[in-house]
Amino acid sequence: MKKYLAALSVLLMIATPVVSQASPEEDLKNFRAYFKDRFKDVPVEDYINGVYAIDQASREQWEQYEEFPPYEIYISKGEEIFNKKFANGKSFASCFPNYKKGIKQNYPYFDEASGQVVTMEGDINKCLTDNGEEAFKWQKGKIAYVGAYIAYLSRGKTINVKTPSTPAALAAYNKGKQHFYAKRGQLNMSCADCHYNNPGNKIRADILSPALGHPSGFPVYRNSWASSDAGDGMGTLHRRYGGCNKQVRAKPFKPQSDEYKALEYFHTYMSNGLKLNGPSLRK
Amino acid sequence: MQDFIHNISTTVSVAALTACLGLATPLTANAADDADIAKGKELSFDRKKGNCLACHDIAGGSLPGNIGPPLVAMKSRFPEFDKLRAQIYDARKNNPDTIMVPFGAHAVLTDTEIDMVTKFIHTL
Ligand code: HEC
Repeated sequence: MKKYLAALSVLLMIATPVVSQASPEEDLKNFRAYFKDRFKDVPVEDYINGVYAIDQASREQWEQYEEFPPYEIYISKGEEIFNKKFANGKSFASCFPNYKKGIKQNYPYFDEASGQVVTMEGDINKCLTDNGEEAFKWQKGKIAYVGAYIAYLSRGKTINVKTPSTPAALAAYNKGKQHFYAKRGQLNMSCADCHYNNPGNKIRADILSPALGHPSGFPVYRNSWASSDAGDGMGTLHRRYGGCNKQVRAKPFKPQSDEYKALEYFHTYMSNGLKLNGPSLRK
Repeated sequence: MQDFIHNISTTVSVAALTACLGLATPLTANAADDADIAKGKELSFDRKKGNCLACHDIAGGSLPGNIGPPLVAMKSRFPEFDKLRAQIYDARKNNPDTIMVPFGAHAVLTDTEIDMVTKFIHTL
């Protein structure tokens, strides 16, 4: 039934082009144009720097910290794990033959065979389980280290999420888009309320970042994730999604749930054409 | 309503008393209101309650956000107390797309808490 409805809505979309049901290409164009107009002096390639793209004061401090980045040791840890042999003698390279050339730019993608959005983290854990190893936890720790290593080797590559074109891919894309624009939680706010309608504005002392470019720097090292409760600072994009859902007192979805994978699909597609610069440092 | 009558009667008796004693007090002030306003301020600044400062600059608060307008000249912007209360209770009635939290409708604050917050905000 769900599939049928999704297919139907796709049909209707083609039949009656309403703005809110724009095609992914149109969404992308409008999204870009909106930010370009909103921050006229910010070059589009700068959006990969999150809030630092639009706030000069915090940017200077950030650039100083980036000279000796705290995530560096986690890239090395990731490299070590990546190269370590599995019990069967293989290693991650067997699953990611092109890793040296950079592969993160192609994530996430829609896999027609399984009907699923595939993320980099999903493929890291799939590699482990396919080889008889135990999967990593999803939000921090080893998955973020290996992710940081893969991201590091992919730096400078252009985000290249394939435009959803089949009904199933479009349904996933629209589910993510819906998550982005829907108000949620006791505080009743959407991602768009903060990161589309209010970037540059302050919520208490925090300046809100624009959604454009958001995924480019992940995984990230956040100062606020470095504490005895929170961990060593490293975290994945879905960890951040959970944090932002909690902020509005909404129940977070599970990392790598269909919901967050769909959100990542939409969210990353909106940043197509920008360069990857992960891992990054954030407050 | 009962509260309202109660408030009037305290106002009247306090007024009568101050008249007798010859004390000069501003017309609106009475002990019950003052306590509500003070509590309202506390609730407005409390991050776990109103947290109005997340989005609005308010005199006396630190680290205000600027997603919403500064809360100043409230009596001229909202001459009617009830309109201000309705805005705090559920701002979506006025603007369905608002980013403002529906404090009453989503039970972030209780009705009594909203009364106190509104009283405080109305003094700004
Ligand atoms: C109440 C406002 C608010 C809402 C709603 C919100 N966020 Fe955030 N988000 C923040 C703040 C504050 C930060 C930290 C400062 C910044 O980078 O914007 C942040 C950071 C982020 C970051 C990290 C950006 C970076 O450059 O490291 C991502 C990604 C993000 N949010 C995604 C989302 C998504 C997706 C949603 C919807 C599920 C969402 N946010 C909802 C306030 C919000």
